[in-house]
Amino acid sequence: MPDKRDVTLAVNGKTYAVSIEPRRSLANVLRDDCGLTGTHLGCEHGVCGACTVLVNDKPVRSCLMFGVQAEGKTVRTVEGLADGETLHPLQQAFWENHGLQCGFCTPGFLMLAAGALQENPDMSDDDIKDVLSSNLCRCTGYQNIVKAVRLAAREMRARARA
Amino acid sequence: MSFVGRSLKRIEDRPLLMGQGAFAADCNWPGQLHMRVVRSPVAFGRILGIETEEAAALEGVVAIWTIADLDDLPPIDFRQMGLERLAPYRQFVLARDYVRYVGEPVAVVIAVDPYVAEDAADLVFCDVEELEPQLDATAEPMAFMPDVHPGLMSEPAVIRRGYGDLDAAFARAHRVVELEVKIGRHTGVPMETRGGLCVYDGDKDTFTLYGAAKVPHYNRDAISRMLGLAPGRLELSEGHVGGGFGIRGELYPEDVLVCAAALRLQRPVKWIEDRREHLLAANHSRDQVYRLKAAVDSSGFILGLKADFFTDQGAYVRTHGTTVTDLSAGLLPGPYVIPAYGVAGHIRLTNKTPAGTYRAPGRYESTFARERLIDAIAVELDLSPVEVRRVNLIGEAAMPFDRGFETLGTRVVYDSGKYADLLERVLAHLDYDRLQQQLAERRSGGELVGLGLGYFVEKSGLGPQDLVRMRLDMHGDIEIVTGVASVGQGVETALAQICAETLQVPIERIRVIHGQTDRIEIGFGAFASRVTVMAGSAVKIAAEALRASALEVAAKLLQTTPEVLRLSNGMIETVNGSASLLLGDVAAHLEQTGGLTGEGRFASSHMTYPYGIHAAQVRVDPATCAVTIERYVVAYDVGRAVNPMLIEGQIVGGVAQGVGGAFLEEFVYDENGQPLAASFADYLMPTCHEVPEVEVLLREDAPSPLNPLGVKGAGEGGINAAGAALAGAIDAAIQKPGAVAQLPITPGRLHAILRGGRS
Repeated sequence: MPDKRDVTLAVNGKTYAVSIEPRRSLANVLRDDCGLTGTHLGCEHGVCGACTVLVNDKPVRSCLMFGVQAEGKTVRTVEGLADGETLHPLQQAFWENHGLQCGFCTPGFLMLAAGALQENPDMSDDDIKDVLSSNLCRCTGYQNIVKAVRLAAREMRARARA
Repeated sequence: MSFVGRSLKRIEDRPLLMGQGAFAADCNWPGQLHMRVVRSPVAFGRILGIETEEAAALEGVVAIWTIADLDDLPPIDFRQMGLERLAPYRQFVLARDYVRYVGEPVAVVIAVDPYVAEDAADLVFCDVEELEPQLDATAEPMAFMPDVHPGLMSEPAVIRRGYGDLDAAFARAHRVVELEVKIGRHTGVPMETRGGLCVYDGDKDTFTLYGAAKVPHYNRDAISRMLGLAPGRLELSEGHVGGGFGIRGELYPEDVLVCAAALRLQRPVKWIEDRREHLLAANHSRDQVYRLKAAVDSSGFILGLKADFFTDQGAYVRTHGTTVTDLSAGLLPGPYVIPAYGVAGHIRLTNKTPAGTYRAPGRYESTFARERLIDAIAVELDLSPVEVRRVNLIGEAAMPFDRGFETLGTRVVYDSGKYADLLERVLAHLDYDRLQQQLAERRSGGELVGLGLGYFVEKSGLGPQDLVRMRLDMHGDIEIVTGVASVGQGVETALAQICAETLQVPIERIRVIHGQTDRIEIGFGAFASRVTVMAGSAVKIAAEALRASALEVAAKLLQTTPEVLRLSNGMIETVNGSASLLLGDVAAHLEQTGGLTGEGRFASSHMTYPYGIHAAQVRVDPATCAVTIERYVVAYDVGRAVNPMLIEGQIVGGVAQGVGGAFLEEFVYDENGQPLAASFADYLMPTCHEVPEVEVLLREDAPSPLNPLGVKGAGEGGINAAGAALAGAIDAAIQKPGAVAQLPITPGRLHAILRGGRS
C-alpha cells in the first residue's frame, strides 16, 4: 500500500492528527479519518457540491482537494455550523422553509451559503441565486433553498447590526 | 386542535441539518472490508475470460470473484409484474457467458480499503469478443444471447389493452390524426449513490444489511431466497435515504453481492458506488417511442385511439417486470373519455443499462404523447387546445369511472374527480384569454413566447396493505412502527400529523420507525405514491384504537364514562373540565398489562387517482435556442392535503425533474453502445437557474372514497405533465404546431426545428 503521511488538520476548531495516504481526498479524510460524516459525496468529480466545506473560510469541493493539502489551513464542516444545540440561522431557515427533503445535498448547500455570506453579507437576491446554482439538489426544485438562504441572509444582517 | 391540513415543520429535519444523518456511506463497522465491482467495458459480447491474477496479488485484496465463484446464485427475480416468459431475460449478479451493457458487473473485488479495492478492480482484465450491439428499440428484434439461448429474441413481451369498437370509431371518423413522438432516456439520479454495509453477527449467526431503501421487507426475503438463508437470518435496516424516485432501493446485483460477500467471509462488507457507476448501472427509465392514431369527430372528440409504443428496456428485465410498459398502456387515455382504445406496448431489449421506474413511470411519457396528440387534433380541426380538452374530459357524473381493464394487477377505476372544474380553475387563474392575447401581441412584436398545457391523471396508493403499531409510553411519547420506507419525502411528519389529529399530542412527541425489518413483520415500502394513502390510513386506524383504549381506562380512573372525555394536548379531560389525566399516566397504569397501544391494518385492492394540470409559459431566444420558462403553474387535486407545505415541496421538486427531462437530461450512446453521459458534466441536471418559480394550486375538491382520510398520493403530479406542457409552450412560442416531437428539447434540436425541420 502507498506510504502514509502524518498530517494535522484543524476542523471546526478541533485538532485532528491523522496518518493518511497523500491520494486521499479531503472529503474521505474528513469522513473516514476524522469521523465527520456530515460532509457527503455526491459525484466525486466536483459538479454536485454535496461535499462543500469551508477551507480558510472559502467554499471548497472537498472531493477535489487532497487531505494533505489542508495541512495548516482551517476547515469548517456542517458539524461546526450550529452553536451547540442552537441552529445557525441558515439551518433554522432551511428547517422553517422546507429547504430540504432527503437532506443529502443539504450540508453542501449550507456550507456554500455560509461561505458566500461570510464573504459578502450583503449579497443581492440575484447574487444568492447565482451562488446557489453551483450545487445540485434533486428533491426540492430549489425554490425553498433559495428562499431559505435569502431569509437567513436578512436575519444574519439584522443580527450583525444589533 | 387540527394537525392534518397544516404546514408544520418536519420532525425529521434536525439531524439532517446538523450533519448527523445516517446515509448508507455513513455506516461503518470495525474490521469492515470494501467491495468494488468490475464492470463491462463493452456493450455486447461473449466473455472469453476474466483475468484476475494481477489484481489478486495486490496487498490488501481479500477475494476476487466472478460468476464461476457464485454459480449457485439464481438471477434476480421480479418484484412486481413478472411474467413467466420474461424469466430468461433476468440479470444474474455477475455476467454469465455474455456482457450486455457497458457497466454490467463482471467481477467483484473485496479488499481491506476502498482505494485498494479500486486499484485491484482496475487490474482485472475482461477478455470479451465484441458483437454488434442493438441500440434501437424500434428496430427488428435480434437474438438476446445467441449461443446460450438460441432463438430467444429481444422482444420479451407485448402488453396489450383495449376496449370498444375501434373499427367502427375509425369508420365514422371526421378526421384521423396521426403522431409519432419520442421521450429520451433519463432517470431519477438521487444525490446519494447506492450503497450498503452487510454485517455478520457471529453470536447470533445473523446478518444485517444497512443502507436499505424503498422495499426493505421484500428485499430481505428476496436476498434470503437467493442466498439460501433461513427466515430470521437476514434483516434489513434503513437509515437516511438520499432520494428515491423509483430507482433507489430496487434489488440490484450489488445488493446481493455485498450480502453474499459478508456471508462467505463472515466479515462486515461495505459497498458504496461512485457516480459514474450509478449512471451506468442503476436503473435507467423513460426512452419510449409512441405511434398514435386518433379517430376524431368534428368537435375534436376522440372516437377511438390506436397506439403502438416501444419501451427501451435496456439489457435485461429487472425487478419491475413489465411495470413501466403496463402503466403506460393503462394510463395513456388519461382524463379523456375515449370510447374505443387499443394499445400494444412493445418491451424491447437493447444493449444499454437496464431500465425500471422513475417518478411517474409510464405517465411522464404517455402524458407527453397524449397531450401532444390533443394539441395536434386542435391544429388539425382549427380548434383551441382548451376546447379539445374540454370536449374530451370525463364528466363528474361518470365517477367512479371504470376504464375496463387493469394496470399493476388492479382494475383502473378513477375513484373521484372534477376534471372540468379543475380546467376552468386553471384558466381563471391564468386569466387565459387575456394572457393569450398578451402573448399574441408580444409575438407580433417579434418575441417568441407561448403557453402550453398538459392534463393528466396520476395513480397512487398501491396496496395490498400496510400495518402500523403504535405505543404511547408513560412520558406521553408515542412510537409508531411501520413497514413503509422513507426516501426523504417527509413520511415521518405526515404520519405523525395523522396520528396527532386523533390523539391530540404535539407531533414533536411522536417518533416514526420505518424500514426496519426486525421491528415489524410486514411492510410494503415506499413507491407508487403509496405511503400516505396506505400507511397513513393504517396510522389513523391504529390511533383510533389507541384512543379508544385510553378513554376506556381513563374513564375508569376518573370514575366516569368515555363519552364525556376528550383528548387535548397530551391530556384526557372531562368535557366540562372538572377532571383530567395525562395520557402518559394512563400508559403507566397499563404498563403491567402490555401498555397503551394501538394496531392498524389498512388493505386496498384499488388505487386512487389524483389528477392535475401543468401550464407553462416560455420564451425562446432564436439566436441561442435557449428557452426561458417565464411562468409555471401546477394545479393538483390530492383529495386531502395532510401537510400542504410538504405537498408543494413534492410538486416543485417534481417540476424540476420534469424540466430536466424536457430540456437537459439524456443518456446518449455512441454507435458502439458506449455511454456518452457517464458524469454530471454530460448528464445535465437542472440547477436553480433552470427551474422556474412554480405556482401551485393545491386542490382538495375530490377526496378519495377509498380510504378513511380521503387522501391521494402527491409524489408524482409535479413531474407528470412537465414534458407535455413545455413542448406545447415551445410550439406556441415558435408558432410551429407539432414541431416538438422529441424530448429532451435540446438547443441543438430546437435549432434544427427553427431551421425548418422537426425535432
